[in-house]
Amino acid sequence: MAHYLETEVLIIGAGGAGMYAAIAAAEAGSSVLLLDKSVVGRSGATIMAQMTVAVAIGEEEPDHWRHHLADTIASGRGLVDEPLAKILCQSAPDRIRQMDGWGVGWARSPGSGNHITQAHAPGHDRKRCVYVDFLNTGPASSRTLRNKVRQYDGIRRISDLMVTDLVIRDGRALGAVAMHLESGEGVTITAGATVIATGGLTGLYQRNSASANMGGDGFALALRAGAALIDMEFVQFFPIGHLAPRLIGMDPIMWDPFRYKLGGVLLNGEGEEFTQNYGTVEDGKYVVTRDTATYAIFKEVEAGRGSPHGGAWLSFEHIAEADLRAAFGPVIDRLADNGIDLTKMAIEVSPIAHYHMGGLRVDETLATNVPGLFAAGEAVGGANGANRLSGNAITEAFVFGELAGRSAAVASAAASGPEPVPDIRAAAQAHLNFLSETAGRTGEGNATEGIIELQALMQRDVGPFRTKEGLERALDGIAALAGRLPHMSTDGPLAFNQQRADWFALRNMVEVARAIATAALAREESRGAHQREDFPGLEAAWSRTQVIRRSDDGIALSCSEVRHLAPSELTS
Amino acid sequence: MSERQTTRLKIRRGSAEGPARHQVFDFEFEDGQSVLDALRWIRGNRDATLAVRYSCINANACKECVMRIDGRTGYACTTPLKPGVMVLDPLPNKRLIRDLVTDTLPPDERL
Repeated sequence: MAHYLETEVLIIGAGGAGMYAAIAAAEAGSSVLLLDKSVVGRSGATIMAQMTVAVAIGEEEPDHWRHHLADTIASGRGLVDEPLAKILCQSAPDRIRQMDGWGVGWARSPGSGNHITQAHAPGHDRKRCVYVDFLNTGPASSRTLRNKVRQYDGIRRISDLMVTDLVIRDGRALGAVAMHLESGEGVTITAGATVIATGGLTGLYQRNSASANMGGDGFALALRAGAALIDMEFVQFFPIGHLAPRLIGMDPIMWDPFRYKLGGVLLNGEGEEFTQNYGTVEDGKYVVTRDTATYAIFKEVEAGRGSPHGGAWLSFEHIAEADLRAAFGPVIDRLADNGIDLTKMAIEVSPIAHYHMGGLRVDETLATNVPGLFAAGEAVGGANGANRLSGNAITEAFVFGELAGRSAAVASAAASGPEPVPDIRAAAQAHLNFLSETAGRTGEGNATEGIIELQALMQRDVGPFRTKEGLERALDGIAALAGRLPHMSTDGPLAFNQQRADWFALRNMVEVARAIATAALAREESRGAHQREDFPGLEAAWSRTQVIRRSDDGIALSCSEVRHLAPSELTS
Repeated sequence: MSERQTTRLKIRRGSAEGPARHQVFDFEFEDGQSVLDALRWIRGNRDATLAVRYSCINANACKECVMRIDGRTGYACTTPLKPGVMVLDPLPNKRLIRDLVTDTLPPDERL
């Protein structure tokens, strides 16, 4: 059975950015179709965020968006696309206050006028980061946006719908072909404008803080449709991700706020402090930067001094229980449910893939180079340069989501001729045929195993520390996987066949993995989140962005200048 | 490190048509591992066609992995494995799609 849907604005991915885009497009009068391959508003990265949101609202102390912008640019190590970063910082106060009005529940300070509380996170020049207690920023943001989305009759939500290809006709993005997971059937969607809101790509790594659907789908969809990707080599690793013991119901990066409030001590497998050997004396305070901590843990493990699961120990054993409880209240009980008593035991941590700075190349309206195709949230490349400032991820979900939804609504209205949405069924047929051809193949191996293999390969050779030899080995491995892909099994019943869904996921993941490794191999320097052991220094000549586009024989890499603002625009 | 133990999972397979059939998988685990950990291991190492909903994996945020575990409704991601036999079934009060997946979507979020 062939399904056919029409909409003015199609939004692929329903996390924070996708939901915000849907609201903005509906506000602008467009009909909206909001899709997710899992469940709308419950998948993706936003709902998992337990941390803070950076915004210059000046509630805690005087602030201005230009200070936030200066910190964002400094953190990005010369590669920040300044026009995009300016939009991010300048629009953030409006979005954070709008979310406040919708009842998100930012933590407040009852003792001093009940203003919104702002914390001081590393890399910021002042207290700037808002949050929802306790470790509830992401769930509260997702719930608020889900409730808001439901208020618009013009927004249709569909879960369990996985977009497999964008449909391009006469050079313009006009919708998509998708697989309905429940039935395995194909769906054609005609759209006046399309927004990629599929988040980042940390699911490509074995150790990650991602949900199951963060494999970088949107990057591969856009690449195949002719869009350009930038800064793909910049994957941010979070140094003290939770490793062991098994911890459920918690974000694996939750130890960061513990370290802000309580300090804590990092120990190697022999029970000794080690960050001082890498240039940072901690002395019970959280002062080690993300890159140094990642490097130090990596090197201790390499030297055979890792913790049992291959990381480092993080200990709060010297902190009194009353102090732990004062700082984290019910979180201490959730830890106890997991059998963790911080007064009696250290936990194990290790660097985990957490965020991706690169993404789709867009202009100030968040339009890609493919007419009708926009990007929102983490899928946008450039605003965070080579290293994202703490707290900017949820900010960009809100700001870029809202802007992309608004821009897509304008584009859809401008594109509509005599018929509001063109019929693309003819252009979609090849993609629908491809979808049918993938069903029921009995082959060699399957993509579920293939994804595990790819994650191990990426972790080993395209992780936080890279070499020419490792990257070349990774590219060979990726090519081998891509070669096996057409022969992998997709058999079994059509209904909810995750083996087949994994096949489409792996098809995207190998393309995205190749983009990361190719860009990482070409960048012969170390900068921000891209660290080459064979090229340890930052090279001024490499203050350039690498651009990836699809070519006849794979992908083509080129360089382009970073967009800077005039000094007057930075301060006014 | 904790001792490794073995659980035997009896998992309901198939769609609404056809007789109920439970397939057995053994999984070696260490303390603290969840039912979802075992199901993901089975998908990656034994049978990729096993249908089970999950998204957030770790954060108990998506609520997708709700099912019957030893006759009680629970989340696979927050239910610890135990040695011996554990029986996994789809929710009985929802339309069965396949294996452990039922139609748990809000009515206005379906195709």
